[in-house]
Amino acid sequence: MKNTKLTTLAASALLATTTSVSAADVEVLHWWTSGGEAASVNYLKGKLSDAGVGWTDFAVAGGGGENAMTVLKSRAISGNPPTAAQIKGPSIQEWGDLGFLADINGVAEKNNWDELLPAVVADVMKHEGKYVAAPVNVHRVNWMWSNPEVFRAAGATIPTTWDDFMVQAKKLQDAGYVALAHGGQPWQDATVFEAVVLGVGGADYYNKAFVEMDMDALNSDTTVEVFETFGNLRQFIDANAPGRDWNVATSMVIEGQAGMQIMGDWAKGEFKVAGKNVGTDFVCSAAPGTSGAHTFNVDSFAFFAQGTTSGTGAQNIMAAEILGTDFQTVFNLNKGSIPARLGVSRDEFDTCAHDSMDAFVASSASGSLVPSFAHGMALPSAVAGAVVDSATNFFNSDQSAEEGAAQLVASMAAAM
Amino acid sequence: MLNFLEKNLPKIVLAPTAVAMVVCMYGFIVWTGLLSLTKSRMMPQWDFVGLDQYSRLFSNPRWDVAVDNLFVFLILFIVIALVLGLLLAIFLDQKIRVEGAIRTIYLYPMAISFIVTGTAWKWILNPGLGIEKLMNDWGFAGFEFRWLVEQDMAIYCIVIAAIWQSSGFVMALFLAGLRGVDENLTKAAKMDGASTVRLYWHIILPLMRPVFFSAIVILTHIAIKSFDLVQALTGGGPGYASDLPANFMYTYTFNRSQIGIGAASAMIMLFGVLAVLIPYLYSELREKE
Repeated sequence: MKNTKLTTLAASALLATTTSVSAADVEVLHWWTSGGEAASVNYLKGKLSDAGVGWTDFAVAGGGGENAMTVLKSRAISGNPPTAAQIKGPSIQEWGDLGFLADINGVAEKNNWDELLPAVVADVMKHEGKYVAAPVNVHRVNWMWSNPEVFRAAGATIPTTWDDFMVQAKKLQDAGYVALAHGGQPWQDATVFEAVVLGVGGADYYNKAFVEMDMDALNSDTTVEVFETFGNLRQFIDANAPGRDWNVATSMVIEGQAGMQIMGDWAKGEFKVAGKNVGTDFVCSAAPGTSGAHTFNVDSFAFFAQGTTSGTGAQNIMAAEILGTDFQTVFNLNKGSIPARLGVSRDEFDTCAHDSMDAFVASSASGSLVPSFAHGMALPSAVAGAVVDSATNFFNSDQSAEEGAAQLVASMAAAM
Repeated sequence: MLNFLEKNLPKIVLAPTAVAMVVCMYGFIVWTGLLSLTKSRMMPQWDFVGLDQYSRLFSNPRWDVAVDNLFVFLILFIVIALVLGLLLAIFLDQKIRVEGAIRTIYLYPMAISFIVTGTAWKWILNPGLGIEKLMNDWGFAGFEFRWLVEQDMAIYCIVIAAIWQSSGFVMALFLAGLRGVDENLTKAAKMDGASTVRLYWHIILPLMRPVFFSAIVILTHIAIKSFDLVQALTGGGPGYASDLPANFMYTYTFNRSQIGIGAASAMIMLFGVLAVLIPYLYSELREKE
């Protein structure tokens, strides 16, 4: 008897979630389906239901969101897009150009987004000067995670320049450790490549070459220098790296098999889950040569044009909630990133996050705040793909720095 | 009315299938062909640019790698799987004991999906987990087997896994063929003093021609669609060294918002398959008549 009751309950719950979206609901496409991320989404769901807006979850699993994008495209083409979808970077512009996105400038003006958001972030969220998306977080990509125990045992110090990196990495290697924990997947190769570009070339070169796609900058000697340094890293990686997932590489640092890993701030979650403390068990520092700079990767929800006014109303409530201090705090504590807006209390965040916040503010003033091309923030997807291809092909071959630079320039030019 | 039905029922019953075939296969082939002539990026759009996407495709180094890999993979996979399958079948055909059990063991890999095969071989071939580590642990300190992580050799790992998966199936095909050979023929040959090698080479193998035909057709299409094996075994890596055209097509169409180039690569794949299959089918089917 009890069982039947339960089944009925479950069935009605199922019915409730599968019935069509009523006017004042939002349907949200995202791929935050795992652990902390799912918890963050649930928090937003709760916030909205307090405001009287129902939530229909449209989660499509698959880390990088490729599956989700495929589903989204077919939904959009058939004229039935969700209320909001997790879209970021230049893709927002691509969707905007196709005319699918909703203008949420009203909410933005009412809540003063221009004041709350740093200009670089706001620019990404706007299409033709109007807000079409709301940012949820800012990831810093140019982090280096190290295990201080390993460094002590090898008599090495955590490097702050790429020249020093080569020296210290050699020490780690001689002491029997893997110097640089790395996973040989294209996007990870590109993540390290990006850190080298910023560390060797500086923010000006980075912006010219990998944001504005300036051919003079790309053809300069700096590009060859970048590949020189990038190529030198090959020797500090173990033979098993190809195909390894990033979190497996992180656990090599956690377990003391490896000294360092260059990876965005999502790696912090792995250390936290393993019960490690920042400062004593692991150290976060900027990737060599990038200490004042900040490579940002902003996750955001883009809003799709709705047929009904009540749909638009629900959309506006959601947009306002996303930029609210409560959501920004909870979400980013879970995800390891920092809030995308100003005026959120720092108290609950750890020192790595504080570093990231400071670098974010300082670099946005000094002009060394740069979008991450390895994570789809800087370049159109075709060109970004060409850069990732060239970086990963170079890193896994024995091409010389000149060859690597030439191939990069040629394939970027071909993809433009 | 009844007469009409009687006459046309087969057509009516077959009509939905025929329509589905025409729309879902040939319709979409035409659609992809048209898309490959446009400058579509994230979404299909109908600005025609001629053969621009094809020239971009052929100037793409990643596409070159994928095409070269396909040739290596196709040739090695088909030849080795055929030879191995045939040998296994001949050995099994010598009226040995527990043949049923052995046959099942060899055939079993076929029951596994390419994803599982790929994952298992990824571990077996990984230097830090698999064969190399095992040999090192057994005391062969200098033993190295690192094909999986070497740019030039990764494609051969895919060949190995695919052969492991499919040669048992080829064996089953040949075994069925061998069982169908008229015993009088072999008896007559033996009476004439033919050695076993001669018997197989000159009498039985020529009789296996239709089996070769089916095996090659099946292996070819397994090879061309073995997207999932690459995805699970190497993820296309190291770098993009073990990409096959199907992986290239998927990456460009769905991850890179380059539907135009993706469609162009799909059309080239189609032409490639047709270029191989049409002459072969033509010659095989004509001789039957």
